Amino acid sequence: MAMPLETPISFTNVGRIKWWQRGIFASQTAYVLLALLGLLIAMHFASPYFFTQGNMQNVAKNFSFVAIATLGITFVIITGGIDLSVGSMMCFSAMITSMVMSGLSTPGMPGASLFVHLAADGKTVVANVPGLILLVSILAGLVTALLVGLVNGFCIAVLGLSPFVTTLGMLSIVRGLGYVVSNGRGSFPGGPDADFFYALTSGDLFGVPAPFIYLVILAVVMAIVLHHTSFGRHVFALGGNEKAAELTGIPVVRVKIEVYAICALAAGLQGIIVSGWLGSAPANMATSYELNVIAAAVIGGANLAGGVGGALGAIVGCVLLEVIRNGLVLAQVSSYWQQTLVGVIIILAVLVDRIRSRIA
Amino acid sequence: METAGAARLPVLELTGIGKEFGAIRALHGVDMQVFPGEVVGLMGDNGAGKSTLVKIIAGNFRPTLGEVRFDGNAVHFHRPIDARAVGIEVVYQDLALADNLTAAANVFLGRELKRKFGPFAFLDHNAMAARALELFGELRSETRPHDLVKQMSGGQRQAVAIARTRLSNARLVMMDEPTAAISVRQVEQVLSLIHRLKEQGVAVMLISHRMPDVFAVCDRVVVMRRGEKRADKPIRDTSPEEVTALITGAKEAA
Repeated sequence: MAMPLETPISFTNVGRIKWWQRGIFASQTAYVLLALLGLLIAMHFASPYFFTQGNMQNVAKNFSFVAIATLGITFVIITGGIDLSVGSMMCFSAMITSMVMSGLSTPGMPGASLFVHLAADGKTVVANVPGLILLVSILAGLVTALLVGLVNGFCIAVLGLSPFVTTLGMLSIVRGLGYVVSNGRGSFPGGPDADFFYALTSGDLFGVPAPFIYLVILAVVMAIVLHHTSFGRHVFALGGNEKAAELTGIPVVRVKIEVYAICALAAGLQGIIVSGWLGSAPANMATSYELNVIAAAVIGGANLAGGVGGALGAIVGCVLLEVIRNGLVLAQVSSYWQQTLVGVIIILAVLVDRIRSRIA
Repeated sequence: METAGAARLPVLELTGIGKEFGAIRALHGVDMQVFPGEVVGLMGDNGAGKSTLVKIIAGNFRPTLGEVRFDGNAVHFHRPIDARAVGIEVVYQDLALADNLTAAANVFLGRELKRKFGPFAFLDHNAMAARALELFGELRSETRPHDLVKQMSGGQRQAVAIARTRLSNARLVMMDEPTAAISVRQVEQVLSLIHRLKEQGVAVMLISHRMPDVFAVCDRVVVMRRGEKRADKPIRDTSPEEVTALITGAKEAA
């Protein structure tokens, strides 16, 4: 079937694009990363406390608390969608996890006899299998988030509703459900596995905060999935030209449902981790976090029009926001300025990218 | 070529194809045959029913009336993928490319080459780039597999879209205005590609407004007007003047 070539093809009229004009170097992520490095250097001179181990740990922990959800929403944003229900999902999933955990740890509650029994003194609760309650309750939280994500995906991909409206509705539905199941009260992770839970969510390994470790692992997995699997390729194609994706036989509906499910799972996991740090899952937890998450993704280079974005960008966006917040605190600037500055940076980041693509 | 083609079975056979959109009759009683290795020009003014016919063959629409036979078997396409599965490839007028991806990624979109690592399958970037470069070479197009489509010229984009049809062993390639938006030199390239497809025994349907292109490569020309087939004759038995008259309606049928 191969057709013979008379002469090998030459590229007399088509030059090779320079390395700094393609790939990661030509992306908004690269510019924001440069800005971040500049900021880190400036912070070092502005405050002697900035590059201390304690502060670095603090920064790493704080940005990890939004970065995992940002990784998830980046998938959705690359396909050209949006998910506003991230904050509510964080809260709901954390709430289910801690309610299941304390429920299963209370003798007398339905199902609890399978997991715990009372010690000889009649007061101390002992787990039948250490860690099992933790596993079941985290799975319960994640499955809840997954279900919400599947409903989002179904409404958007199958019913054809707009992502903005669907997830705006879901923001309210899930927050409302959170109040319904908790009756407005916060819930606390309790029982024999609670210490284990706190160690996994707000502990650290050799001085590195646990959430940061999860973040790095998930980011690496995400980068591989986006750039080295056909699913990732289809996610980008969907954001670039949905009609082309459809015509070339990409299972558009399935890919869309999958990205909303991934986003929901990431938000759920993020919520569970944050509740471990807070020590509880209050019903108003993570309110309006969806805006921080979207802002971080956009600053990091994800394009709300679709087709552009990545794991590194999501993290860079989160780090930049956290360094600014941290820097303003260290510089003893009123924390009210923080929000204003974040807004300015969102617009600046997008503006720089626009100017750059005009010049190129 | 036509005598050799006529001796064989038609690769595509349409019988009494009709299509109605509500009260509008877009197509009526279209019969048509396309043989392997034959290039058929499909001409007609805007609204003559060319696109509807192409979309029925490509699986975008289902015909209201009539039957489509491919390779002797009656076929019913529900989606474009169904048509592609039997060997019908379409180069769309707007090319259906994802601007944010590279040329190679676009060529292989929806049928990526993968390498297995245990339970995981990863994209085989090198194999895809090498095959894409080979295909661009066949098309004589100076297109680099790693360049982004959004940075490409009209001709390069066309090459990417046509290269896509060469991945599978297509039996019928339909091209919707492939020469409409590209340079003179690139038109030559596209026409020579059509010749190459023909040599391979692939049937080509060329939908075009450009009379010189149709007369340069086609064996047969089919003229549509007001949803009906008005002419279907070997290119050597007709002339651009006659085809123009058929398209505009100055001549009713031939």
